[in-house]
Amino acid sequence: MDSRTFIAASAIALFAMSCSSAPTNSKSVTLVTHDSFAISASVLKAFERESGIDVRVLKGGDAGEVLNQAILTKGTPLGDVLFGVDNTFLARALDANIFVPYKALGLDDLSPALHIDPTHRATPIDWGDVCINTDIAWFVKRGIDPPNNLTDLLDPRYRGLLVVENPATSSPGLAFLLATIAKADKHGWQNYWERLRDNDVLVVDGWEQAYNTEFSGSASKGSRPLVVSYATSPAAEVMFADPPITVAATGNIDTTCFRQIEMAGILKGAKHPKEARALIDFLVSEQFQKDVPTSMFVYPARSNTPLPEAFEQFAPPPTASSSLPPSEISANRDEWIERWTEIVLR
Amino acid sequence: MDGDRVAMNFSTRVGRQVLIAIPVLFLVIFFVWPVLSILRLGLAPEGALDLAPLLDVLNDATLWSVAWFTLWQAVLSTVITLVIALPGAYVLSRYRFRGRGLARALVTVPFVLPTVVVGAAFTSLGVSRSLTAILLAHVFFNYAIVVRTVGSLWSHIDDREQQAARVLGAGRVRTFVSITLPTLRPAIGAATAIVFLFCFTSFGVILILGGPGYATIETEIYRQTAQHLNLETAAVLSLFQLGAVIAALAVSNRMSGDRIALSTLRPADQNTLPVIGRRRIMLGVNLFVIALLIGLPMTQLVVRSFDGGLDGYRGLTRTTFGFAEPPISAVWTSLQYALIATVLAVFVGGSAAFALVRRRERAKGRLLNLLVMLPLGISAVTVGFGFLVTFDAAPFELRSSPAIIPIAHALIAIPFVVWLMVPVLTAINPRQREAAAVLGANPSRVWWEIDFPIGLRAALVAAGFAAAISLGEFGATLFIVRPDTVTLPVVIFRLLGRPGQEMYSQAMAASTLLMFLTAGSVLAIERLRSPHATVF
Repeated sequence: MDSRTFIAASAIALFAMSCSSAPTNSKSVTLVTHDSFAISASVLKAFERESGIDVRVLKGGDAGEVLNQAILTKGTPLGDVLFGVDNTFLARALDANIFVPYKALGLDDLSPALHIDPTHRATPIDWGDVCINTDIAWFVKRGIDPPNNLTDLLDPRYRGLLVVENPATSSPGLAFLLATIAKADKHGWQNYWERLRDNDVLVVDGWEQAYNTEFSGSASKGSRPLVVSYATSPAAEVMFADPPITVAATGNIDTTCFRQIEMAGILKGAKHPKEARALIDFLVSEQFQKDVPTSMFVYPARSNTPLPEAFEQFAPPPTASSSLPPSEISANRDEWIERWTEIVLR
Repeated sequence: MDGDRVAMNFSTRVGRQVLIAIPVLFLVIFFVWPVLSILRLGLAPEGALDLAPLLDVLNDATLWSVAWFTLWQAVLSTVITLVIALPGAYVLSRYRFRGRGLARALVTVPFVLPTVVVGAAFTSLGVSRSLTAILLAHVFFNYAIVVRTVGSLWSHIDDREQQAARVLGAGRVRTFVSITLPTLRPAIGAATAIVFLFCFTSFGVILILGGPGYATIETEIYRQTAQHLNLETAAVLSLFQLGAVIAALAVSNRMSGDRIALSTLRPADQNTLPVIGRRRIMLGVNLFVIALLIGLPMTQLVVRSFDGGLDGYRGLTRTTFGFAEPPISAVWTSLQYALIATVLAVFVGGSAAFALVRRRERAKGRLLNLLVMLPLGISAVTVGFGFLVTFDAAPFELRSSPAIIPIAHALIAIPFVVWLMVPVLTAINPRQREAAAVLGANPSRVWWEIDFPIGLRAALVAAGFAAAISLGEFGATLFIVRPDTVTLPVVIFRLLGRPGQEMYSQAMAASTLLMFLTAGSVLAIERLRSPHATVF
């Protein structure tokens, strides 16, 4: 191929690209969300067909980044609906006033405990707990009982076994810090982390590293049998095992869990408000809610939504999770992270 | 000089202005404007400049310790990279041995690998969470920059001058210092500047391989912008970073010097040396270093991808949970973006390169040079958030269009195109042009027969690099709001974001695929021959 052929090929490719993905419906709606958003293609297609609305998905980074982008573009929003504001960010979103209120169709069918925004600007869509996962085989092999609660983690027997994420850069990392604050008190948590640090806790930047590189229960066989991950991770380990397994390889410590509730809202200044409302209705509908566990590995907000078998068996919804009011998290978040950094990293 | 005058006469005033206008317009619209917009939001939210936050940030002792660490780790990383990679550049550009093209393509591969993946490979080799890990990773990622930038000029250098010096009694070292080094100076200056900028604004390597205990100005800008939306502090930090980057570029400019070494350039394919005698040792040592530093971590990934036999690869062809299409389809998307970004980068960067060597006015040339390099020195998150607040109205309603991704990739690739082409173009001996003129070629014919083919050849090397940058780019893409189109690095990132053996094998398989795709693209583009390439 000489350079002229190359340039011609480039021109053709450019043209082909600009022609692709023509919309099929006359109505459309844009969903702005984070990188972890996922939906089965068949479920989305069914909605588009039934409603006559094309859904365009825009992604802009992790949950915090996407919310900040939405605040920055307030008034001229990137899309119509924002999905992915969780309870740790809710107060920031409400204070910035980026959403308009909307009472979704089927709102009453959602678990009552999830209704944390009485103004209905943010509608709960799913929830997922951040918990410490254990590598079951590691503990069995050594004849040690896995820890039962946060206090156990300070025991010298569990020295050097836990890996956590940096709360400044990671959402599960922040959730775990909040769990320790919720379980202790305003000052107790600082003392707790000093002792956890002295018991050789390992801090890494994000979940990918903590779980995939350091955790002994994951595919890469790291060296630490305790990791801050999600309540649903043990189910995923079974569903995506290779070769297949029938007994759980990892488990949760229920008392270490912190509840994360994910919400969606209609952006102020949305160009397609009517379609946006239809999209919110769809997000809380049975069809979408049934798809939530296997697409995003979180629990559906709608009560009585059937869970996949692997969830029932290996990742039943935790019952002892802690939480904190969104306004308290928002007011203290920066200070807590700053203090934590001083205690653990400096 | 007569040769210069001949060349100058060729391009009309209008032609020169167009060559300059292309890169200036592109960079002002897609870089300067968004960056200024976001800085203005931070520093003058009400319209009036508020200097209080500036003073607050500058009075913070943490900033100074972060800045100091940023600087010295970057200097140290750059020096180590140069020491290790310069001999490699020589061997890979001049020695004639089987598999040379392959070796050159392979050392380019690290450049495109996502940091998360490299972090996993380094960790499994026992190198992680330390300064050593940061330094080794910087060599791993930047080795190719030196090999490409310096090697591209080295491959054309005529040895007869050195041989003359040796005959006249100069020793090896003296010949190298007084003949070879000055000729290579523009390329070494360019490589130093680029490597320094990459290490100075290093992000993933610091967070993942250094660990949470290390912070640079870049990681702080990311935290303040993306996590805290504290635009004031972020703006001050960005200005601080900008100042440091401009100072570094000025130093490198000085290092490269204004002197154009008068060396006759020869076609690279007629300029290779057979590997005999002491050259065997030189080749062996360099190939060993490459195998150890670059080959070993890469092999780790390939081995890992076969942990479950071929299941990782098979999985990529099926639609897994959370993906609208089989992950393998990302290959096509990645190639499309890479193609557009490469064409864009070579067009804009090539114009800038030809304009730069044509510039009589040095000051304007330096400004253009600086403008072209700046995207490497500004935080990706600043540019990404800048896009959001800038391109929100017609005719530039681009902030959520797919076009923004190849544009962002091109911004990063343009400096490479320019800095690969300029040293080669400036090193063209005016006597080559004079000879052509004496033989009866008119000025435009001289440019067409001498400057253009040499420039095109360098542009092809640059295109290989630009394609690689686009294929592997993830950092900048991360901060751009984008339609749900999935590129290969995004696939890897998503697969790694899921628990489960199957997901992990697939992520490693996708990484291996990305490595081969990159090596393949680089090899293919370098094989492209311009019809004039061998006419010297």
